Amino acid sequence: MKEELRGWKDLPIGAVTYKLSLEYRTGGWRTLKPVIDLNKCTRCMLCWLFCPDMAILWNGRDVVVSYDYCKGCGICAHECPVKAIDMVPEYS
Amino acid sequence: MLSKLKVPLEKQKVMPVNGDEAVAYAVKQCLVDVVAAYPITPQTIIVERFSEFVANGEVKTQYVPVESEHSAMSACIGAAAAGARAFTSTSSQGLALMWENLYIASGFRLPIVMAVVNRALSAPINIHCDHSDAYGMRDSGWIQLFVENSQEAYDTTIQAFKIAENPEVQLPVAVNLDGFFLSHTLENVYMLPEEEVHEFLGGYRKPVKTYIDYLNREVEYKLDPASPLSIGPLDLYDYYFEHKMPQVEAMKRAGDVVRGVNEEWYELTGRSYGDGVIDSYAVEDADAVIVVLGSSAGTMKYVASVMRRKGFKVGVVRLRMFRPFPFNEVKDLLKGVKAVGVMDRGLSFGSYGPLYLEINTALYYSRERPLLVNYIYGLGGRDLSPAMAEEVFIDLINTAKLGEVKEYLKFIGVRS
Repeated sequence: MKEELRGWKDLPIGAVTYKLSLEYRTGGWRTLKPVIDLNKCTRCMLCWLFCPDMAILWNGRDVVVSYDYCKGCGICAHECPVKAIDMVPEYS
Repeated sequence: MLSKLKVPLEKQKVMPVNGDEAVAYAVKQCLVDVVAAYPITPQTIIVERFSEFVANGEVKTQYVPVESEHSAMSACIGAAAAGARAFTSTSSQGLALMWENLYIASGFRLPIVMAVVNRALSAPINIHCDHSDAYGMRDSGWIQLFVENSQEAYDTTIQAFKIAENPEVQLPVAVNLDGFFLSHTLENVYMLPEEEVHEFLGGYRKPVKTYIDYLNREVEYKLDPASPLSIGPLDLYDYYFEHKMPQVEAMKRAGDVVRGVNEEWYELTGRSYGDGVIDSYAVEDADAVIVVLGSSAGTMKYVASVMRRKGFKVGVVRLRMFRPFPFNEVKDLLKGVKAVGVMDRGLSFGSYGPLYLEINTALYYSRERPLLVNYIYGLGGRDLSPAMAEEVFIDLINTAKLGEVKEYLKFIGVRS
């Protein structure tokens, strides 16, 4: 989705952002994608705790990755105590 | 007119103060929320006096004794971003250390006021006056005003808040006063009753409003949990250029605001400085005119008045506002003058004095372009005596008679 860029007269003062960062999908930066093996996952939530982008979510039953925002840094996979997270190439 | 003054002279208090103290007293009256500063000669007295006011409970200002000028400007940026009226002051190396933050203050459009007590830059180390420090911040997006005496330092410091906070401007303002010549020299200064200053400024600072899409409303431009804003985000090639344009426009509007505030000040106190932007002396029929910044203008005007009595048609233009630079006004004022000498207390090595370059630009499009000479003087606090000032005028008159400039860049008062 290509958004129309605004002219300078329509911007708030002092380069303040007029949109929330939620609207800035950073998932496209990713080359490696975390994939969670829910059979191994113990729901300890350490990945959720360590994720610097709040891209790990809890849906009430399972741990899920929000691929709209996950930049593929791999911290979750590194921290997972049961090695339930694999970093797999985005494009193969 | 003087009888109609809002605060006639007899209601103003005369205080024997130096330039630094004049600034400190002005800041004391301006309902400043935060002062963050680090002492450096010759600015020290401003910080010293003001911290005394705070310690004595004479002001409610939050005083932040920081560990460097970099932090001083950072603290002021933070305070101003939270909606506070913030002030700092510095000189020379201190200003150089602030440099990267100067651009942030103006880029955020924060109306911070800073007194710059002009001092030479190292090396070799020197504590005395020249304008190298102010010239160094020329491109940082700050409004730069230069004062001639301590009375003007007091007046301009108060005016600076009003100029900076004008909704059409919203830019930081630097008030430049010459180190030692003004900062440490006693002068009788007329001061207003405090409540008059409060009224002039309209009370405490009121941040401007700006429309934020995700909040669906206009909010005050300040950090407030009730209406969260992101100030200072990453801004790449898609928007950075657009975010610089409002700064260009605000600078365009600043000149008129400076003029307006000067006029308002005249109605209040009976004091004004030229039209607020340019303070000229005997320029109308002059053949030779000197353009100068700061306290040296006093010497130049005195010498010009003496020379006028001897029949020389000389005049002086003191620029009170260096940024934004009043190109059109300078062009109109110097039209028809035979020779113009630009006095720079500082220079760009490998080029000319920064003031000269501006005047040159202003005159380029003039049909009646005067001869133009750049005189570099007073580096590191070297005195400009009336005799030297006269030499400059004579040199300029001779240039006018000759009809051409032999040497564009001349150094005044340096041993060979």
